[in-house]
Amino acid sequence: MFSRIRSISIKEFRQVSRDTRSLGILIFIPAFMLLMFGYAVNFDVDDIALAVYDEDNSVQSRQLIDKFVHSGYFDLKYYLDSPREIDRLLDRELIRVAIVIPENFSNSIIRGEDVSIQVLIDGANASAAATVMGYTNTIVQDYSLDILSETMLTAKGTTFAPPIDYHPRVWYNPELRSPVFLIPGLIAFILMVTSAVSTSLSIVREKELGTMEQLAVSSIHPVELIIGKIMPFVLTSLISTVFILLGGYLLFGVGVAGSFLWLSLLVVLFLFVALGWGLLISTTSDTQQVAFMKALTTTMLPTFILSGFVFPIHNMPVAVQVITYIVPARYFLEALRAIMVKGVGGAVFWEQIIALLIFGFILVLVSTRRMKKQGYVTV
Amino acid sequence: MNAITVKNLTRKFGDFTAVDNVSFDVKRGEIFGFLGANGAGKTTVIKMLCGLLTSTSGNATVAGYDINTQPESIKRTIGYMSQKFSLYEDLTVSENLNFFGGVYGLNERDLNDRIAWAVEMAGLTDKKGALTGSLPVGWKQRLALGCALLHRPQVVFLDEPTGGVDPVSRRRFWDLIFTLAEEGVTVFVTTHYLDEAEYCNTIMLIHAGKIVAGGSPRQLKTEHIRYPMLEVNCTGIIESLNILQQQDWVIESSVFGTLLHVSVENEEAGSRKIKEVLSEHNITVHGIERIVPSLEDVFIHLTDKP
Repeated sequence: MFSRIRSISIKEFRQVSRDTRSLGILIFIPAFMLLMFGYAVNFDVDDIALAVYDEDNSVQSRQLIDKFVHSGYFDLKYYLDSPREIDRLLDRELIRVAIVIPENFSNSIIRGEDVSIQVLIDGANASAAATVMGYTNTIVQDYSLDILSETMLTAKGTTFAPPIDYHPRVWYNPELRSPVFLIPGLIAFILMVTSAVSTSLSIVREKELGTMEQLAVSSIHPVELIIGKIMPFVLTSLISTVFILLGGYLLFGVGVAGSFLWLSLLVVLFLFVALGWGLLISTTSDTQQVAFMKALTTTMLPTFILSGFVFPIHNMPVAVQVITYIVPARYFLEALRAIMVKGVGGAVFWEQIIALLIFGFILVLVSTRRMKKQGYVTV
Repeated sequence: MNAITVKNLTRKFGDFTAVDNVSFDVKRGEIFGFLGANGAGKTTVIKMLCGLLTSTSGNATVAGYDINTQPESIKRTIGYMSQKFSLYEDLTVSENLNFFGGVYGLNERDLNDRIAWAVEMAGLTDKKGALTGSLPVGWKQRLALGCALLHRPQVVFLDEPTGGVDPVSRRRFWDLIFTLAEEGVTVFVTTHYLDEAEYCNTIMLIHAGKIVAGGSPRQLKTEHIRYPMLEVNCTGIIESLNILQQQDWVIESSVFGTLLHVSVENEEAGSRKIKEVLSEHNITVHGIERIVPSLEDVFIHLTDKP
């Protein structure tokens, strides 16, 4: 049994190492995605281009502007002379926020009257706009408190403290950086896509060439055949995972908080599911082209959109949330983030492990059934 | 002692009956030729005998094992070479042999012996390190045969092994088949080259899923064509054929290269009548000769019936 599996794996390794195209895909795609998602896809909102139209031009108005600049989120790009320029700058996306401080700003503050400032935000990117609005709000509130406490000090000689002191602390990803969120997703994405594509292609190629038939008459057991064939891909996928983890750590400073043992177990389990999916696709396709398209479309979009990789599942409409339950990457990602970011162990994500096990067994079972029916293997 | 017995074997694909109630026996150590046009059902029969396809009804045994209940035992005792070249073109000659030997479960010593044997047999000693895809078709076929024989099968199934191979390589391939048969291996071969069929001990002719005739090449030629066959050498072959086909005393007529083959009831009367009727149409007859019918004549006779 093991000698047969070994024979198949050796053969598969030789073929992959000679096929520069698929080798390129296996190596290039993970590297490309790591860089693309790490650098280009960034949900962090900082260096927000800001324009200010300060009609008041007073100490108070400058204090407020300083608060924006020193928050670290805003980048004061334009100091305007006329409010009309705001339209142009927003239209051309030269700025994302404009603040208009009215003429009576300082006078009203000194007199203790209410005063409004106008904040214009580019809402084209809704989630970024929401973040910007949050930042603006905090800064303005903060400044209001400063004024209040100063007034109290001069009037009553006591300092003012707000009734509720608010000190948020973000756990696990204190700096709220996107790579921390994205790298686990990237691992799920790459494992799913490359394993499903390469497994299905390697099996359908044998069908196309007629070599599958030759194997089928050789009394090889389907399990031996499948294990032998996927072994090389398991290995290359594991190597990719190591590279992504390494790249994530070196380039983006994303480490693994939890145990590497749990991480490896989880990755192997997920590979089992991804390869099972590739196997199933191979039993429904007769040409490599068809298999490639099927594998790509059925893994890429669901893993990208419905796994929680990029878009949080709890923000989705309920109907879509229901669909995410049949996306295996969802479970993997939940568990992987738990290990990498939170550093917890299997006790926390046993449900996800069971879900993945069920997926894997169903996929392998259905595909071996189908292979038998098609006469490629008999038992 | 029969290597293969087939009884009422039938295979349907939906409404289409690819193999229809087929029965025959193959003796141990003989070269058994399975003849038929493309789509006649040859490959379907082979696949059922190799355990690649289940039968719809009927039964067969290969090397004493039942195809319906013991396909695994059959697989261990047979070699199979499919119609389509099915080795890995991106592996070298010795890598292919190593791979198939490993898949057949040979141990290392046995494997090395057999690989040396296969390389020698296929005449690929100098090409061991060559990528299989770079070899000429004839060499590939010999390598494929070598791969199919690594585990010393008792019965070998060769499905159109010489398709697309040049005549010299074809002859060389058949020499290998003769050697195998001498060593006691039963060779079940399909072909549509009728000259190759002459090399077989027994021929079975399949047409539209049914066996239409069987026997030794000699038997087929004498039993199925009862009337004298004349070879006519004349000008205007197609026109002559049309004229002769309209004559009610002509039993069968067909074109063979630049000659006509015509069956008549009586050799002398027939040859006289042919000359007469062709001369009437201003066709010059260079000569008429009685010939022993070839397998091709038999094949056309048996499969061309309305």
